[in-house]
Amino acid sequence: MKTQFVALRTPIIAMIVALTITAVLLLLAGADVFAAFGVLLTGALTTPSRIADMLMLLAPLLLCAVGLTMSFAAGQYNLGIEGQMTVGGVAAMWFLRGYQDGAPVLVYWIGAVLCGMLMGALWALLVALLKRYMRVSEIFAGLGFNFVALGLALYLVFGPWKRPGVASMSGTEPLADALWLPTVTGTRLTLVTPLLAIVMLAIVWRLIRHTHWGLQVRACGLSALASVRMGVPATRRTLEAMALCGACAGMAGALQVIGVYHALVPNVASGIGLMGLLVALLVRADIRWVAAVALFFAVITSGSIQLPLTLSIDSSISGVLQGLIVLAVIVARARRGEEVA
Amino acid sequence: MNWTQLLTDIAAIIAVSAPLIIATMGIYLSERAGVINLSVDGSMLLAGMTGFAVAYTTNSVVLGFVAAALVGGLIAALIAYLGVSLRISQTAIGFVLALLCTDLSSFLGNPYVQQTGPAVPAWSIPGLTTIPVLGQLLFSHDAVIYLSLTLVPLIAWWMMRTRSGLIVRGLGERPDALFARGIDVIRWRYVMVIIGGVLIGLAGAAYTLDLKQGWTYRHMAGTGWIALAIVIFGAWRPWRILLGCYFFAALQTMASRLQDNSWQIPTQVLQVAPFVVMILVLAVVNSLGAPELQRWINRLPTPLRRMIRFLTSPAPAALGQPFIQQ
Repeated sequence: MKTQFVALRTPIIAMIVALTITAVLLLLAGADVFAAFGVLLTGALTTPSRIADMLMLLAPLLLCAVGLTMSFAAGQYNLGIEGQMTVGGVAAMWFLRGYQDGAPVLVYWIGAVLCGMLMGALWALLVALLKRYMRVSEIFAGLGFNFVALGLALYLVFGPWKRPGVASMSGTEPLADALWLPTVTGTRLTLVTPLLAIVMLAIVWRLIRHTHWGLQVRACGLSALASVRMGVPATRRTLEAMALCGACAGMAGALQVIGVYHALVPNVASGIGLMGLLVALLVRADIRWVAAVALFFAVITSGSIQLPLTLSIDSSISGVLQGLIVLAVIVARARRGEEVA
Repeated sequence: MNWTQLLTDIAAIIAVSAPLIIATMGIYLSERAGVINLSVDGSMLLAGMTGFAVAYTTNSVVLGFVAAALVGGLIAALIAYLGVSLRISQTAIGFVLALLCTDLSSFLGNPYVQQTGPAVPAWSIPGLTTIPVLGQLLFSHDAVIYLSLTLVPLIAWWMMRTRSGLIVRGLGERPDALFARGIDVIRWRYVMVIIGGVLIGLAGAAYTLDLKQGWTYRHMAGTGWIALAIVIFGAWRPWRILLGCYFFAALQTMASRLQDNSWQIPTQVLQVAPFVVMILVLAVVNSLGAPELQRWINRLPTPLRRMIRFLTSPAPAALGQPFIQQ
């Protein structure tokens, strides 16, 4: 009982610190603090359509966070997650462009998602290979490939795949109506998207916690050298974990194209991958907490969209709050003498 | 291409690279002391926003730069406390702070978006501007650009030719040896990280008050990451870092030149192209130093091998590692 209390005390104190600093910032900006927190925490839950929008943010966030939990378990900082999401979207769009009226839609959906996963995995593998064989820090290789992916998407949106006549940041020519994922009536929720996210969560959960493979991956993350001495194929496990993370991100990107934007837009990733990194830093490769933390982050991010409309406060306060929470938790852990990430 | 055009372009490259040089020198100082400040992108945004806001309210550019330096220094002090004293992973805190400061700059900077404020005045150095070619290239800019031009030689001299510079290099290579000789490693690291942070803050203000005047949502986001990459590209040597800055600025200038071209490259692609090329070059240069390639490189003729050896030199040995007093 007592140990449980101690385990819970750290995150609670960290939360209080983060909330206090956020409150001070809101006061500085001249906002009504309680009203602002009210909107932030419940703004996403007031109407069915807002809940639907929140779930549509949660799904790709959860996919990224799940993948990153995998790569964190292998000890890799996969900052290339945004690029992996982008190329996933590009690959899905490439596949869907082959669609002709009357063709079986389901085949195209499955094909597009698989293409997205494959491309995301390849993109992540490139980073992992550069790190393993060419000593390029995975942080900068990842960031670099983010720029490459963005450049590729921009090129396609403004070049070969542009909307006839009007090339713009709003994306390529939209998909045929038949290819749009069906939504729950009256909302933008496509049930398949959160379902797939939950399936991936279950798969990765099982892999990390209940298989020999997962044990080996975690061993690599703790100490690559020691795991090699113990006969673990460390290079292979690390590459596999990174590829799996890329596949999750690629799936997220593909689903954004099919279910949300219905076209390829240059910023398919739109910061969701970076938010996923914050989630992953918070849960530290412990998959049990991923869903809860991702849900919390999705709620305040969706809620913050209401802030400029109702209280004329800038919506970036949600990002500030998330960053402060992660920072406070990391510091609290360090003071207790735990490993950080 | 004619002569005057070339001169204008080179002068533009010198101007464009000024904030980058200031930022990379800040990163250089802190990394040579063994501490990674990964928050640069967010730090520059927050400091730049604060600098603009202060200059806008007080109508004083100098106060704006002071405020920006303060913000950069404070973030660096936090990194030093968390990374050096509490020994938390510098990668983790740097990354979180980069995101946090970016959002903070958007939140707090909201009232200043699209406002016109004061800017650094142009200041041609009298007498020297009349020198043909060099006058136009080096002496018809403003104070920020002159600072960038003097910073690199100054820091290179200090780092390589003075006792305190030697101590700083030791901080990044063999802190335990310094400690054995009675030097307070922790305090020195604090000082270097904070000085680096001040420079990073000044670089942010160099954007908002000079090169890219004003404030918008994520005004110059991305440049901080490039600055970090340039330091790796420059292999932690000041003159090569300078070269990297000019290389990146040249790519940017070329990209904006190509916008009114006859090729069919969309503008938006050209805007990200320098980032892409820079990171790819970094990957190639870095990979040349990988042990897996050494056997192959050793078979090359000597001049080529020397060139490769010049391009690749390892990071400070203790970079990113916490110092634990024995």
